[in-house]
Amino acid sequence: MTVGPRPGVGARVCARGWSWRHAGRSRWAVRELDLDIEPGERVLLLGASGAGKSTLLHALAGVLGSDDGDAIGTLTVDGRAPGAARGRVGLVLQDPDSQAVMARVGDDVAFGCENVGVPREEIWPRVHEALHAVGLLVPLSTPTAVLSGGQKQRLALAGALAMRPGLLLLDEPTANLDPEGVTEVRDAVARIAREASTTVVVVEHRVSVWAQHVDRVIVLDPGGGVLAQGRAERVLESQSPALAEAGIWLPGPTPARSRPPAPVGDPLLVARSLTVGRTPFGARVPQVAASRIDLVARSGNALVVAGPNGAGKSTLALTTAGLLAPVDGGLVATDALRRGLRPEPVRWRSRQLVTRIGTVFQDPEHQFVRSRVRDELAVGPLAAGIDRRSLAGRIDDLLDRLRLSRLADANPFTLSGGEKRRLSVATAIATRPDVLVLDEPTFGQDARTWRELVALLDALLIAGHAVVAVTHDEALAAVLADDVLRLERASGPAEDVLSASSRDPVR
Amino acid sequence: MTVVLTPELRASRIARVNPVAKLVAALLVSLTLVLTIDWVSAGVALALQAVLLPFAGVSVRQFFLRTTPVWIAAVAAAIATALYGEDSGAVLWGWGPVTVTDGSVTLAVAVALRVLAIGVPGVILFATSDPTELADGLAQLLRLPARFVLGALAAVRLVGLFIDDWRALAMAHRARGVGDGGGPLGALRRLGSQSFALLVLSVRRASKLATAMEAKGFGGAGRRTWARPSHFGRAEILMVAIGAGIAACSTLAAVAAGSWNLVVS
Repeated sequence: MTVGPRPGVGARVCARGWSWRHAGRSRWAVRELDLDIEPGERVLLLGASGAGKSTLLHALAGVLGSDDGDAIGTLTVDGRAPGAARGRVGLVLQDPDSQAVMARVGDDVAFGCENVGVPREEIWPRVHEALHAVGLLVPLSTPTAVLSGGQKQRLALAGALAMRPGLLLLDEPTANLDPEGVTEVRDAVARIAREASTTVVVVEHRVSVWAQHVDRVIVLDPGGGVLAQGRAERVLESQSPALAEAGIWLPGPTPARSRPPAPVGDPLLVARSLTVGRTPFGARVPQVAASRIDLVARSGNALVVAGPNGAGKSTLALTTAGLLAPVDGGLVATDALRRGLRPEPVRWRSRQLVTRIGTVFQDPEHQFVRSRVRDELAVGPLAAGIDRRSLAGRIDDLLDRLRLSRLADANPFTLSGGEKRRLSVATAIATRPDVLVLDEPTFGQDARTWRELVALLDALLIAGHAVVAVTHDEALAAVLADDVLRLERASGPAEDVLSASSRDPVR
Repeated sequence: MTVVLTPELRASRIARVNPVAKLVAALLVSLTLVLTIDWVSAGVALALQAVLLPFAGVSVRQFFLRTTPVWIAAVAAAIATALYGEDSGAVLWGWGPVTVTDGSVTLAVAVALRVLAIGVPGVILFATSDPTELADGLAQLLRLPARFVLGALAAVRLVGLFIDDWRALAMAHRARGVGDGGGPLGALRRLGSQSFALLVLSVRRASKLATAMEAKGFGGAGRRTWARPSHFGRAEILMVAIGAGIAACSTLAAVAAGSWNLVVS
């Protein structure tokens, strides 16, 4: 279905000595960049965390204004300043939740078209076309809130495509998706770029996802300028040490397990025919996320709970961690874990919980409650009643082990993604819990943080802690798991919508 | 969030009317009723509204669920007025400085009816309206600036996420060992810390959303188009006329009964 004239020409990007510094920072985020991207070219942009990849994408999208920071040199899209080329450029960001603007799917896709002044008669055909292109076949009136993570990310992509951009910018568009979602979104982008000869610039840690689908790889140098560029195989080969150091996921064999096989440990937490779910605001009955689950968390053993987005893994993690009450069935702590408390973790006091079960949330920012890293680490131990003298020693030890010492006085919210992840694990183990529950700990993490996390968890397991990790990351499951519990997708609201009617009642 | 922004609207005559017309009608009635405090005007308005209620297509359960705050407000205002309102006429009951008189009871009835006559139609008209449609109407029909209208619409969406965020933060506090204990003082401190965390989270989310909106060309220099037309036709004119009619009837009835007393004179 092609409607109206397609501007089938991609945009040209040109940078000459371009540098950018965010307001209030002393360090330049991007330095001395010289770059040419031809119309219709597809580029994979790599670089260490802090090399300025996201900054460059934001600048190209025209969302960095003069009050956001200082610029030197020139950066142009089709020879014009990016701000003047708005509508010519589409940007898709990593976080699917904060990209939907409107309440309904159709309206959200139409939003960009409206802003750039596309006539009304032309908007709705474009909306249909874009939704078909990304494979999001739900009625236009579907509330954006009921979509799964993968569906939301495809919605964001559809919104950008409907504007028919000459330049499509993708900032880790698949970081939060399960493997199936990654392939779908990647294929949708590749097809569209081919058909409309759109210029595409994508930032992504996982090179193998895109390597076969791009014309050129550009590696940004954190010290300024371009470190290397060229065809994917050549750059990956010649730069592999630097790229590995930068945390890029290079194609190749997945990491192998280094921890010796663990003997079966003592049971600490036992779930029998457990049903988990949450009660939506204002509702009387809980919405079941997953049911009839049997699991045992054992000391020194890692239990990996696997399954696709929307299978109820997070809800199970929160229930196992004693934060959500089970809907049905039982979750009980054995004598070894409860040490005189009631058997149900959800009925323990908060300070009793932290010395028994620790939780690492999917979004590290959710669990930060103080404004300094050092104070953040002290919260749990203080609540658990540790005396002040041994506290300092314990915190210093943690800071040292997790390479956070130099950040002891920083605000947790200002840390990089990898640092935040390390801190969130540190806060959970500061109280030395017997069981550590992690919810998607590797979401959006680069290869380096990933390896550090695995090493850390291995050390905890060898020390006798039980680990329950909920993840769709198959590589993590492979190196970590002593036991695997696989959840399948239950029929949630999003699926009901999908099956209702995939063809479009125009509102 | 779905509760706030994509309500399940039952097809009804009133639900089909453009929200802008409903807003204008409700404003006409409210503005008239705040001019005077007497029970005749409010009573007449309320009676006429009751006749129109079936056209809203709101079930009895939904009606009382949604208007509960209005009823509570009406009763509370009535009690306060009866006890402390301006006294006149026979004293019905007294206790120290508190006196209930003929005059204060009449005033209490007038105040309660007024709260209902303004509150109930407001709640019902809003309950039968889609916020996106209201935004479309405000921008296209009343020519309010798109930046303002769509910014407000996006903000309402974020408010809907507060509930989920609040729960997530409560769980995070519990997981960190600071989720309970400390008595009332501890509870108060927790409320403060959690509210601040919610604020931080919301500001971060709002700035991300603003970036996403800008990236989709929002706030650009060019002229904006609207994907959804907003009509103002016969049904809408009728709606406004009904609002004006209710306002006129209640005013005339009050003047005829001699109870009309202009608050601002």
